[in-house]
Amino acid sequence: MLSRVADSFYWMRRYLERAEHSARVLDVHLSLSLDDPTDAVGRTLLSAIGETPVEVGAQAADVVPAEATGRIDPAHRTAVVGFVVAARENARQIREHISSDMWEQLNSMYLELRNIGAVADTDSSAFLRSVIEGTHLFHGISEATLSHGEGWHFMQLGRYIERATVTATMLEDYFGERGNTSFDVRDAGEYVEWVGLLRACAAFEAYCRAHTADVQPQRLAEFLLLNAECPRSVRFAADRIEDSLRAIARGLGRQSTGRPERFAGRLRAALNFGTIDEILEESLIRYVESIRRQCDQIHSALNQTYISYTIEAAIAR
Amino acid sequence: MAPVSGGGPVAVSPLFASYRLDSSFDEMFDADGQPRPPYRALLARLVDLPIEDMRRRQREADAAFLQQGITFTVYGDKGGTERVFPYDLLPRILTNAEWERISRGLSQRLLALNLFLRDIYGDGRILTEGIVPRELVVTAQHYRREMRGLYHRPDVRISVAGTDLVRLPDGSFSVLEDNLRVPSGVSYMLTNRQITKRVFPQLFTDYEIQPIDHYAQTLLSTLRSLAPNQQASPTIVVLTPGVFNSAYFEHAFLARQMGVELVEGRDLLVHDNIVYMRTTGGLRRVDVIYRRVDDDFLDPLAFRRDSALGVAGLFNAYRAGSVAMANAIGTGVADDKAVYAYVPAIIKFYLSEEPILPNVETYLLGNDSDRAYALEHLSELVVKAVGESGGYGMLIGPHSTTAEREEFRRRIVANPRNYIAQPTLALSRCPSFLDDGIEPRHVDLRPYVLCNGDECTVVPGGLTRVALKRGSLVVNSSQGGGSKDTWVLAE
Repeated sequence: MLSRVADSFYWMRRYLERAEHSARVLDVHLSLSLDDPTDAVGRTLLSAIGETPVEVGAQAADVVPAEATGRIDPAHRTAVVGFVVAARENARQIREHISSDMWEQLNSMYLELRNIGAVADTDSSAFLRSVIEGTHLFHGISEATLSHGEGWHFMQLGRYIERATVTATMLEDYFGERGNTSFDVRDAGEYVEWVGLLRACAAFEAYCRAHTADVQPQRLAEFLLLNAECPRSVRFAADRIEDSLRAIARGLGRQSTGRPERFAGRLRAALNFGTIDEILEESLIRYVESIRRQCDQIHSALNQTYISYTIEAAIAR
Repeated sequence: MAPVSGGGPVAVSPLFASYRLDSSFDEMFDADGQPRPPYRALLARLVDLPIEDMRRRQREADAAFLQQGITFTVYGDKGGTERVFPYDLLPRILTNAEWERISRGLSQRLLALNLFLRDIYGDGRILTEGIVPRELVVTAQHYRREMRGLYHRPDVRISVAGTDLVRLPDGSFSVLEDNLRVPSGVSYMLTNRQITKRVFPQLFTDYEIQPIDHYAQTLLSTLRSLAPNQQASPTIVVLTPGVFNSAYFEHAFLARQMGVELVEGRDLLVHDNIVYMRTTGGLRRVDVIYRRVDDDFLDPLAFRRDSALGVAGLFNAYRAGSVAMANAIGTGVADDKAVYAYVPAIIKFYLSEEPILPNVETYLLGNDSDRAYALEHLSELVVKAVGESGGYGMLIGPHSTTAEREEFRRRIVANPRNYIAQPTLALSRCPSFLDDGIEPRHVDLRPYVLCNGDECTVVPGGLTRVALKRGSLVVNSSQGGGSKDTWVLAE
């Protein structure tokens, strides 16, 4: 597969993951701010929304007219649309490689957002819901209509590297603001805040089934980091990242273990064999920081191995 | 029912209620309003059809094009830049005898033009002997000095050509222009046939039509034969400027049909004069490039420095012979509209044969007497800029305003070498379905020629372009033209 094509697969999915995540965070923020207009928690979450690339940001700003303020900040709305625009631009580059159903879904999602954006008084939650549903639909269509080959694995990587990074970032911000000591939830306000984190990760229901609605920050950290089954946990993402990296290497007939697999294997092992007590004993903040760093490392290694390798490296190979 | 002769209506059925003959050649009816033999079966089908049925088929066809994403991009148009190329439901039919002549004529022409290119970039015999003025060649916009003295093995300059033919009132075909750089439209030739089969299958039972589906395969073997060192299984790629190019659909289509990689400039790199493409599995050597990028943009080191579409070092690799390109660099000089006037002489010079397909009468405005005549008769002539294509930079005298003519007069006087003039041709007309009935519309014909050393293949068919606007003579897709399926009969 051409490197450029693989890169587009990766970024298409990564931007969609970011769009979905941002929409979910905004949705939580919207409902929390009804209880508490200052919504400090929501603000923490929002800081985890990444930057839109400048050029698609400008395009997205065209899509979202300034007067169309629902209840979320138009800048955030623009950011979310920007992620969808960026995903679509990548998909457009590889229309020949994705299934037509995938393209049509992504394109119609884009057109729908454009329409919502054009109607000044649409409420924010309809907008956010259509982003979340649209990305779910895209994901389902991809699973069902695209061969699970190299391109699909690059999509998996984009998706799970983004997810692991974002979950780690949210934990970092949340615990960073509250400190390692506030592990006792007493008042209802704080309870709502912690639930907000779980909901922003789409993990509240899964958490409840595992630990009941008794939300303990320590358990919550364990759940979001180390749970093997919840698709939103960092461990789950790390498992998928390593699987896809191995599948790609295998498909290309690479014999030795490359740098991406090594980094991913190390991350996976840490999450598979670590315990929450050890993590807390060290420092949760430092732990999630290191996860984020490792995700960046995997991303760069992936890039250097498959996408933008130097000529010298390629010829020596 | 007695059709009226001599420019009258052809009252064969309500569908044809507003069909009027005029002085141009009508593909379906003769001057007496009688259907020509190859069109009789088609007409018999049409006479019985209710208009609603035609509309339904047209809608089905339009939907199929849209659904398959068969679109092109229009430059300089603000609203909706991605458009479906209008498809006209009714096929154009050519007899085997007509085709045979066209095919021989095109092969002859391309053979001669290939020899011409080899010669002018080499010894320049034809220039020394004064058959074609040296000055005309070396001042041509697409002449590439860099190609002087450069030979290839095998030395095929033009591998793919799309030559535009027009049919004049006497029924004969003439060459209007040669497209020897990156001719486009072949994907429409192929998809038009598929769509016609889908929406009008009944028509095919009445005729025995020569197939065209082997085009991609023939193109692939043409490209294979270019491989340096006669490699058995060369790596071939289609080089596209990218998704924003007007013909991107075609580039992707051909790559898919041939089963080769579709690459952009940024996918390729040159190291030690070898061209590689960057894949996830490492660098892969590229042997033959079917490039759909113009000379100017191929290599920022050799040609335009501001090109972001090209590959730095590509020209050196090409010069070193490690990679082949179709078409070769510098072929544009042979489809320069002023050089065009000399093609009959070029054919005679290299092949010692009379040209089978004649040229259209052409005034070279660089010549004083031609220019004087043309400036007198601007309102009757078609003026074209010599290096342009796609219907851009053109004046159609009879349809022009005084201001437009003055503008062209100014431009011609400022740079006479850059313009030619031709009489306004009465292009032949072919029945077209236009929602409220069938009317005649002007058409041309662009067959696609594949050259493989000493041999040319012309896939039996081509792109018939239709000027769908009533009275319009411009058939270019960029100027609002459409196209129709083109049949060559087996018998």
